[in-house]
Amino acid sequence: MIAVVDYGAGNLHSVERALRHVGAEITVTHDASEIGDATGVVLPGVGAAADTMRGLDRAGVVPAILDAIDAGVPYLGICMGLQVLYEASDEDGGTACLGVVPGRVVRFPPSQHVPHMGWNQVRQQVESPLFAGIPQDANFYFVHSYHAPVDGAAHVAATTDYSVTFTSALLRDNVFATQFHPEKSGAAGLRLYANFARLAGQHHPRDDASP
Amino acid sequence: MLTRRIIPCLDVKNGRNVRGVKFSADVDAGDPVELAARYDREGADELVFYDITASAEGRDIMGDLVERVASEVFIPLTVGGGLRNADDMYAMLRRGAEKVSINSAAHRDPDLIRIGADRFGSQCIVLSIDAQLRNDRAAPWWEVVLDGGRTPTGLDAIEVAQRGVELGAGEIVMNSIDADGTRAGYDLDQLRAVCDAVPVPVVASGGAGSIEHIRQALVEGRAHAALAASIFHFKMISIERVKRELVAAGLPMRMDPFETVAVSGQPVRHSREGGNPGRA
Repeated sequence: MIAVVDYGAGNLHSVERALRHVGAEITVTHDASEIGDATGVVLPGVGAAADTMRGLDRAGVVPAILDAIDAGVPYLGICMGLQVLYEASDEDGGTACLGVVPGRVVRFPPSQHVPHMGWNQVRQQVESPLFAGIPQDANFYFVHSYHAPVDGAAHVAATTDYSVTFTSALLRDNVFATQFHPEKSGAAGLRLYANFARLAGQHHPRDDASP
Repeated sequence: MLTRRIIPCLDVKNGRNVRGVKFSADVDAGDPVELAARYDREGADELVFYDITASAEGRDIMGDLVERVASEVFIPLTVGGGLRNADDMYAMLRRGAEKVSINSAAHRDPDLIRIGADRFGSQCIVLSIDAQLRNDRAAPWWEVVLDGGRTPTGLDAIEVAQRGVELGAGEIVMNSIDADGTRAGYDLDQLRAVCDAVPVPVVASGGAGSIEHIRQALVEGRAHAALAASIFHFKMISIERVKRELVAAGLPMRMDPFETVAVSGQPVRHSREGGNPGRA
């Protein structure tokens, strides 16, 4: 069972619908024990960093999410669910985030229109079962004003160009996250959810040796 | 690089898709949910639904429809028509719309744009402008009209677009009432004028009759996206063919449709109308 974390994110229902559409078994929850028992954790997200962190704190889900990540449970973060993995974001005058990966989320330079909104190419930098069946440079749907820099970081799974080259997908061990919205990205996005769900289905709780 | 977008528009009346020459005789063009699924399969980048009844009852039907479409179609959905306040907008976003498009209400009360953008973000707020060419001044200009052209406002469409962006609109849909429904081509002068005046994406609307018209709107008109209704509804041209030809003309387009695969590894949806051969 995949836990889709419910903390008031605007795209919760779209993410839920997409996962159900590909046949994933999910529960939408903010209950720590349900998140703890899950074989996969999905963190949706849209909007501003400070709001997102406040929502997570208010729902009381941060310890459960971090425990799941530490226990090797497959994690999928969407949009703000990627950004909050970093140490901090420049948004809202500086917002402390979860610090799962090093680095700081920054605003796009004003040389192009912000937000970056629309379909853009995702260049896979690593081979991953999460990209199985998804062609190199497939288009995904983006809506965001802040981005994670690349900076030669080891966790960069895919990059996208929009005035700068930024991290459009992140992968470190069991932690995967996308800046784009797979739930609005047509067949490519649904494939990604199916890939994640399959991976989560292979994970057995409290078995840290599984992928 | 951001791709240019092809956006089919569905005019919805009492839960059915209708289309004629706009604001006159309507022809029933089918079930919106089925059409939406077909457009998605053909490679539509986004879908726009306009409630052309725009009554309170129409909005309820529209909400149900958006929810049904959002359960089957996983590309951005925009809903417009009769949204008069932030609560109307919220109702559509909650039921699965990505963006809301406001027209008459925003021209009568521009503050609605600001309120919507503050509450939901600029990326959610599309300002739709119906405009008609006027030649009664030294230079030609476009007047904002309401109620499908029946109500002139005296407002200059380019100024209204600029003001709308200042208030928080994240995108402009420029609909030429002169060209709408004619299938004789978009109003390219109007598109250029608005694209040069605002920093946000502009969607060309009104007049599509051929792939060449769409190419002109995106190249000569400088629009970021092209919206069309009847040429897609009546299968005069498939979206897939439009995009293939625009790629050949050098425009960046999203061209990676392939079969949706479920957790089980089996294909899901793409099952209606004989299915899709599936390209990887």
